[in-house]
Amino acid sequence: MSALAPAVEPLTILIAEDSAADLLLLSTIVRRQGHQVLTATNGEEAVELFARERPQLVLMDAIMPVMDGLTAARWIKQLAGEELVPIIFLTSLRESAALAECLDAGGDDFLPKPYNQLILAAKINAMDRLRRLQATMLQQRDQIARHHDHLLHEQRVAKAVFDKVAHSGCINAAPNIRYLQSPYALFNGDLLLAAYTPSGDMHVLLGDFTGHGLPAAVGAMPLAEVFYGMTAKGYGLAQILREMNAKLKRILPVDMFCCATLLCLSTQRRVVEVWNGGMPEGYVHEVASGRRTPLQPRHLPLGVLSAEAFDDRTEVWPMALGDRVFLLSDGVLDTADANDQLFGVERLQQVFAANREPDRLFDDIERALAAFRGEARDDVSLVEIILQPGQPLRATGLLYADSGQTCPLDWSVSFEFRAETLKRYNPLPYLLQLLLEIQGLREQSGALYSVMAELYSNALEHGVLGLDSRLKRDAQGFAEYYRQRNDRLAQLSSGYVRVHVQVVPTEAGGKMTLRLEDSGPGFDVEQVLARPLDIDGLSGRGLSLVRQLSSQVRWSDGGRSVCVEFCWGALA
Amino acid sequence: MAEIHMDPDVLSGLQEVMEGEYPKLLDTFLDDSQKRVEALRKARDDAKALGRIAHSFKGSSGNLGAVRLAHLCQRLEAESAEAAADLGALVDQIDHEFALVKPMYESERQRFQI
Repeated sequence: MSALAPAVEPLTILIAEDSAADLLLLSTIVRRQGHQVLTATNGEEAVELFARERPQLVLMDAIMPVMDGLTAARWIKQLAGEELVPIIFLTSLRESAALAECLDAGGDDFLPKPYNQLILAAKINAMDRLRRLQATMLQQRDQIARHHDHLLHEQRVAKAVFDKVAHSGCINAAPNIRYLQSPYALFNGDLLLAAYTPSGDMHVLLGDFTGHGLPAAVGAMPLAEVFYGMTAKGYGLAQILREMNAKLKRILPVDMFCCATLLCLSTQRRVVEVWNGGMPEGYVHEVASGRRTPLQPRHLPLGVLSAEAFDDRTEVWPMALGDRVFLLSDGVLDTADANDQLFGVERLQQVFAANREPDRLFDDIERALAAFRGEARDDVSLVEIILQPGQPLRATGLLYADSGQTCPLDWSVSFEFRAETLKRYNPLPYLLQLLLEIQGLREQSGALYSVMAELYSNALEHGVLGLDSRLKRDAQGFAEYYRQRNDRLAQLSSGYVRVHVQVVPTEAGGKMTLRLEDSGPGFDVEQVLARPLDIDGLSGRGLSLVRQLSSQVRWSDGGRSVCVEFCWGALA
Repeated sequence: MAEIHMDPDVLSGLQEVMEGEYPKLLDTFLDDSQKRVEALRKARDDAKALGRIAHSFKGSSGNLGAVRLAHLCQRLEAESAEAAADLGALVDQIDHEFALVKPMYESERQRFQI
């Protein structure tokens, strides 16, 4: 390329030079190279021109009257800000100290006198390349910054959504739940859900999604919906787990799944039912004896297995009032110290062993983690649920659109659930939904569900399966009882539970009669009812509960048939 | 080198670059140089001022191919920084050299109308 050929893109170039001949010569050369020229004969003029015209490149004599080139260069660089405005000093200075001063003042290159057009053109082009590079870099930096802001915004939105989904339910309202969840844990895919069943039991889920941020939030939403929806309708853990697993399996990509512990805590029955898929061991802490029963992970996480391969078997452990269930996320065990040593299960056990005051357990764990690591870790989830008396029975909280005028008041229906159905289907949620069509019963939905649940499990477990409730007298027998229940249910080939519902209007309102029959051998009703109410033991609670909650309880057919009544008054 | 008063190669190069502006460049140089020489005479006893003027004069005379003049200006600029240098003699030499090259540039200028 000839030195006189026009530049790729013409630039506006400021030339500051006090020697008239040099200025004329240089501006002619630069103009003939295709650029637009602005001229100044001293530093002050140069700065003014720069501020006004914003030329892209400056050729500047170092020594000029009024304001010298060095001072002018400093001003111009300041005015240019982040933009690169190359300054080429025009100088015949020879001393290195003077040259260094030019560089200090912001000079990018030198052009010696006498001028050589070829070198001048090459330098202008080289500086222009640098200038463009800088401009591109700034543009890209700003673009990255914009993308970054956009991403942060999306994450904030995702977090807000995740927050709402993950923290609705009764997690904050329930007096018997304590939890500790660092802000980062939440967005790290840790999920903590809690809700009451219609009979006042409590379902709690502590989950840990693979991945975090937006993907975790996306996965958490359907999970939470299933959890809250099915819990409110009275579904048991097995059905909820199946639904969650199927839903996650369907919507999540293969490398994403959710480790989870789901539990059902029942004050009425003094038990906790647990399913653990891939979470660290939780514990049931028996306060009286100090013993801790581990809740081991026995299953693959949710969203991994197909519906056919999924295993919904749960474990049931007895609990006394005041006993605690403790769950944690792997953030606790995986907390690493300066040498990459993990905190681990043993250290956690030591904290348990050293703990004297159960209410201070969280603080003890936090302190141990902080001491181990030197600082608090930001993705830790801990939750503790205490079995407390007096959880009130609740109305389901489901919304109905009708005004009560259309509800059915004179009808009956009968079901017979046979072996294959009893094995895999829980009819209670369906029956509850059906009965709640009657507006007068909705107020009593909690009691209704509790009574139905007791009668149904009596019919199934003691009737059809022939299990002896006296087994549940101690913790060992308790475990044995549930082992036998699972075995017998799996092998069940005959038997039935029949449910008859009769609804009639009365003068004051209405009456619903619920009768359950089972295919079992029956029992000696008078003898069982004559037993003292066994308040603290593990067996016999069901019947006393039923007698408390329903207005009439009658057994017939040698204990194989039981009938209860629920009445309601006129609607306001 | 120091013997060259007006380098014809530099001038033919300048003529090529400047085209129609070439006579104006010569005029500007002659006019500007005249002012520098007078300024040097006035600043005879001010070493700092002499150095500054010499620096600027050196640049333009170098660009215009007045090689010996540029060389003398460079010496003046360098020596003006030294204490107790006899700068007067150098100023005289510059004065003398400009008196010598001035007619040469004027006759170069004469080759072009206006």
